Amino acid sequence: MQTLIFRTAAPYLTGLMLMFSVFVLLRGHNEPGGGFTGGLIAASAFAIHGIAFGVPAVRRALYFHPMAISGFGLFAAAAAGLPSLLFGVPFLTGLWMSPAFFGMSIDLSTVIVFDIGVYLVVVGSFTSIALALEDREHD
Amino acid sequence: MAVQGEIVDKAAAMVAGPIASVDWLVIAPVVLPIIGGAVLLLIRHSIRWHAVLALVVLVVMVGANGLLLQRVLATGPVSMTMGSWLPPFGISFTADVLGAAFSLTASLVAFVCCAYSLRDIDATGRRYGFYPFLMLMMAGVSGAFLTGDMFNLYVWFEVFLISSFGLLILGSDKAQIDGATKYAILNLVGTTLFLIATGYLYGTFGTLNMADLATRAGQIGTAAPLMTLATLYLLAFGMKAAAFPLNFWLPASYHTPPVITGALFGGLLTKVGIYALLRTLVMIFAAERLVLAGLIGWVAVATMLIGALGALAQSDIRRIAGFLVISGVGIMLAGIALGSNGGLSGAIFYALHSMLALSALYLLGGLMRQRGGSFSLHSLSGLYGASPFLAALAFIISLAVAGLPPGSGLWPKVMLVRASLDSGAWQIAAAILVSGFLATVALGRVLILAFWREAPGDKASSDKTAAAGPMSAPGCSALVVLVAAMLAMGVLPEPFIRLSTAAASGLLDASAYIQAVFPAGSGS
Repeated sequence: MQTLIFRTAAPYLTGLMLMFSVFVLLRGHNEPGGGFTGGLIAASAFAIHGIAFGVPAVRRALYFHPMAISGFGLFAAAAAGLPSLLFGVPFLTGLWMSPAFFGMSIDLSTVIVFDIGVYLVVVGSFTSIALALEDREHD
Repeated sequence: MAVQGEIVDKAAAMVAGPIASVDWLVIAPVVLPIIGGAVLLLIRHSIRWHAVLALVVLVVMVGANGLLLQRVLATGPVSMTMGSWLPPFGISFTADVLGAAFSLTASLVAFVCCAYSLRDIDATGRRYGFYPFLMLMMAGVSGAFLTGDMFNLYVWFEVFLISSFGLLILGSDKAQIDGATKYAILNLVGTTLFLIATGYLYGTFGTLNMADLATRAGQIGTAAPLMTLATLYLLAFGMKAAAFPLNFWLPASYHTPPVITGALFGGLLTKVGIYALLRTLVMIFAAERLVLAGLIGWVAVATMLIGALGALAQSDIRRIAGFLVISGVGIMLAGIALGSNGGLSGAIFYALHSMLALSALYLLGGLMRQRGGSFSLHSLSGLYGASPFLAALAFIISLAVAGLPPGSGLWPKVMLVRASLDSGAWQIAAAILVSGFLATVALGRVLILAFWREAPGDKASSDKTAAAGPMSAPGCSALVVLVAAMLAMGVLPEPFIRLSTAAASGLLDASAYIQAVFPAGSGS
């Protein structure tokens, strides 16, 4: 797919899809969406980039190996359950805190850490599969 | 166990009060390997840390499982529902004696196999991800033993299944891909059936919590298609456990990966199927099990005999072990068919024994390969002269697997034979005895051909011994640990019989299990 139109459009598409994936991830707390869907959108963004510019370009752009991203996500998701131990509540109980920055209070929770973990697991594993398949095509 | 008198906000369906941190023991055997596996994925390239980290995680897992079992024996089943939700809305993890004992034995076997793997898994295997896969498989196996939710059980099945695909094709040679294809397709069909049955279950009951299901299955009566559900689960888990006639995938795939993977699979994975059968058919669908008992009994008889006859026909040690795994599955199914306390405790004791003994048999095959240069009985010979130590281990393991004293296989078989004679199921008693005899012959062949037969002094054998070397020290010590545990079970069976009887009573009378999930007054 080395057409001029696709190669011109691909970077914009990739960027847009990545931004949208973060939007879906954050929105997922109260509305449809979340880590899994967001992760799939991000992985398809990397797949599009790979189709347009080749697998090595994606690997360079990602910097981390997709499997390492996946591993970090799994770690974050499991670790998000651990603070519950300190508070004497069951595993994976959502814990919230609302620190104030310049008069605005921001809600932070272990739930979002878990969701970001899921996002990274999905991004990592699906990108890894997509890149392996694209690699195979060019052999 | 949920703390009595806890503060419950029923409107929000959440538990608001604090819980004792000791309740975390029920989740520790699952969280530890997940975190361990994630860290191993992150440090994929620092392969010299892999084995050490995996060993540390497994030691902590064995410790946590030991404490959990101790607590369950002392105070009854322990339950924790994730995220502070109230059961049945949240996913409960509930450990009773059965789950905790299986989980402890599984982590012990995994630890021993991990020690064995120190020399067996080379840099390529580590780079490919043997240890992360091992960690995630153990997370799946422990999760399956400790979860108290049907759908969650399905998820843990998928977790260990996917990790086991990774372990199975480690090395990617042609025979492995061939074996893995059969394994993958059959297991995917099995888990799909499991998923369909679970969807149907949820449609029927509106709940997936096992304690809730156990309460309602008795009350719902003939209004619901419970017979269909029980049969679907029997089919799905029977496939997973490699029961006749769905057993052919096991010997076709378990001999292809490194021997250590065979040891893990043969020791642990079929027992997860048996565990799931115990949980669904005995605890939840007790009345339906009674109807199916005749069928399960004949399936058990066929599985025992087919497995033992298959072992007799093979000449590769790993294939012999694969068929003996199947024969053992038949013996455990016999306990489920009998359904009495004696039969079930025999099956549970046999499962604990079989996790140790079958893993030991695969590891023995690995050590014989290291010493004698081959897995095949055609070319192995003179191992007694080469290593009397290995011969002694092989003798004890053979006795244990065949069910002869002083090995660990004797007592569960005695319990099962007595239970089947008590309930007049002579065909089951006969099959247990005949399959034990056939297994003795099959393993006797291994001992005679590989150990006692004189090594031929011709040119061909000196070529062969060139492939042989000394046995690995971690491998030998791993096997010694397993053999010691098996001897302890065989010589001092009382504590294990008590443990199995307690586990069986907990299944037959689930009130303590239900009470742990739904403390009086907060029931659904």
